[in-house]
Amino acid sequence: MTKILRRERLVPNIHLIEVEAPEISRKAQPGQFVMLMPDEKGERIPLTIADWDKEKGTVTSVFMVVGTSTQKLTMLEAGDDIPVYVGPLGKPAEIEKFGTVVCAAGCYGIGAIYPIARALKEAGNKVITVLDLKANYLLYWEERLQAVSDDIFVSSRDGYYDCKDYIPQVLGGVLKGNKVDRVVSIGCTYLMYTCSETTRPLGIKTIVSLNPVMVDGTGMCGACRCTVEGRNKFACVDGPDFDGHSVDWQELFFRRKSYFEDEITSLCYWEKENLLKS
Amino acid sequence: MSEKIKEIPPDLKERQREGFKLEWRKELRKAIPVKERMKIPLQKMPTRDAEERNKHFQEVNKGLNADQAQAEAKRCLDCANPQCVMGCPVRIDIPAFVKLIEAGKYVESARKLKETNSLPSICGRVCPQETQCEEVCNLKKATGVGVAIGNLERFASDCEREQEEVHIPKIPPSTGRKIAVLGAGPAGLTVAGELAKKGHQVTVFEALHVAGGVLVYGIPEFRLPKAILEAEVDYLRQLGVEFKMNYVVGMTASLDDLKNEGYEAFFVGTGAGLPNFMRVPGENLIGIYSANEYLTRVNLMRAYDFPRYDTPVFLGKRAAVLGGGNVAMDSVRTAKRLGAEFSAIVYRRSRVEMPARVEEVYHAEEEGIEFHFLTTPTRFIGDENNHVKAMECLRMELGEPDSSGRRRPVPIEGSEFIMEVDLVVVAIGNSPNPLIPQSIPELKVGKWGNIEVDWDTMATNMEGVYAGGDIVRGGATVILAMGDARIAAMEMHKYLSTKKK
Repeated sequence: MTKILRRERLVPNIHLIEVEAPEISRKAQPGQFVMLMPDEKGERIPLTIADWDKEKGTVTSVFMVVGTSTQKLTMLEAGDDIPVYVGPLGKPAEIEKFGTVVCAAGCYGIGAIYPIARALKEAGNKVITVLDLKANYLLYWEERLQAVSDDIFVSSRDGYYDCKDYIPQVLGGVLKGNKVDRVVSIGCTYLMYTCSETTRPLGIKTIVSLNPVMVDGTGMCGACRCTVEGRNKFACVDGPDFDGHSVDWQELFFRRKSYFEDEITSLCYWEKENLLKS
Repeated sequence: MSEKIKEIPPDLKERQREGFKLEWRKELRKAIPVKERMKIPLQKMPTRDAEERNKHFQEVNKGLNADQAQAEAKRCLDCANPQCVMGCPVRIDIPAFVKLIEAGKYVESARKLKETNSLPSICGRVCPQETQCEEVCNLKKATGVGVAIGNLERFASDCEREQEEVHIPKIPPSTGRKIAVLGAGPAGLTVAGELAKKGHQVTVFEALHVAGGVLVYGIPEFRLPKAILEAEVDYLRQLGVEFKMNYVVGMTASLDDLKNEGYEAFFVGTGAGLPNFMRVPGENLIGIYSANEYLTRVNLMRAYDFPRYDTPVFLGKRAAVLGGGNVAMDSVRTAKRLGAEFSAIVYRRSRVEMPARVEEVYHAEEEGIEFHFLTTPTRFIGDENNHVKAMECLRMELGEPDSSGRRRPVPIEGSEFIMEVDLVVVAIGNSPNPLIPQSIPELKVGKWGNIEVDWDTMATNMEGVYAGGDIVRGGATVILAMGDARIAAMEMHKYLSTKKK
């Protein structure tokens, strides 16, 4: 059992979960993830590690509410236990002094990219952060990201911050104005895809953190297989980071939707059993 | 990878000889003449009706009743030179436990089994006895039908458990030596049990949330009920074994971290957890699973009870399982139970080359499973939602023998045909899981990523680190993993006895 220390809504539909996991906190590196189960009947789901504290022995993730498992997580509070919390899994993000690195993120990726931006900054890079939001009220952790970025651009569809452009335009603008050596992108599949397509003609290396369906998270099942450079790769042990220019995005899009109808069935069942009864 | 099976250790041989000379054994031999014994017919394992059982997950085999077990035990000739023991990878003193059943001492029989096999109720269910102990049985040589040793093993150990007679052996005072076992599969559980009985302090580290490895995520309830496994794991807990679940050695902590925590010897039993795929076009379409994923969803995550449990699985109406081993049989029978109207094995060789147990194939046929031999898929075809709807297959014929000694399947040109399917399970084997070798670079591995060991001791190239089971063999059986584990446990005990604290 793993104890939850904090669970709070950061912005609508995006929550933070901090747990007591001293061993994982000692090993965690940017870009890695944990597998967890919200309860005994739950699915095993991967969440990117968004922060950790070796001294306190805590690990934090940021997640978006999409299905039954994440819905269940939002009902948990400090002091509750979850039966499965295992990690850190996956290969860590490549951290070196590349020069100038753009960190482009949206939704849960804003939290997930934070430790990467921090490590890249510590490694001596110039870090430019680009955040993409549907609306102004979906921004969180901007102060934390500002602290590790040399420059930060926030685009929301309502134009409340810097602009209202979609990420290809914002990223394209940044690439025009700066000599960029690498782009790191985390967020929904479409965001990572469009970032990769923006940098492809310019030949700028673009690292994406893939988010396919997983079951065990340790290489055993192959649910998370993706085609990268024309070959089968397991996101859990070969990734989750891959070169965005080599990923078969169309395949990832449809594989992520494998259980679309089941997810709706599951959530409706859970709501009927748990929310309507009380 | 050799399937090395070692000579009987001298002390064991001596004990067997002594057992043979015991008065009560002599009397039993005298009571029924060999000729009479040879006339007793084989006792058939009672099973659930095929048309009933292929709709649920209850165990297929119901177990022998006491009369049947007695009759079957009487078939054993208690030979002076029993070959069956040589056929068993863990060297169970088979005549001894069988004769205890004949004498009506079922609980003692189970305890005799446990002297050499920590998990007899599991082995009695999933071991391929027909190619091991039963294959070399002297009665089989004489009459063509050997003693059903596996069914008797199951009978004795089930009696012990059902009569709540499982007793914890007296454990010597703690040696204070800490041992880390990586992976709670059949090899890891065996090592843990053996070393705990010697008074060592054993911790098993397991990546998943339930102990058992392939016994829990792979082998379905209808072949190995979870309650049996749970009882065996409980037994190990009572022996003093500690289980740390949700713990991936190599990620959560390194081997060096564990050394710093005082662990002095290590057993790596992390299994062949990396599924192989066909590498043909369309293999990543929706509805195509590795057997590991399919069985894990159903067995470990209980997708058969969706949406009460959150993990879904595709319920195909037309299921094709690629492969001819036990995992393929488990998958195809699972698909049938989950409602597939058509559930078929598609295998590139012919019936005789299938590695699956005869019993599993027989049960599958009874349950309405179809077999398409000498057939291999060349591509998968998806519908507008990228869900698999068909596979293009090629007919094969058998050519010259290959390195495995089996005749190589050769494609017949122009024999392509389409098979309509909406669920495909790829059950063509696994490669060793890369996490441990990757996290311990100094550990010597072979070209397939399997850990290399000295087969006499199961020692790796690193001092104090031993390995066994599928991480070494690449993809074998539960009992071979347990055989490796027994050797490793003996050697680890020796190692700790000579090593200074």
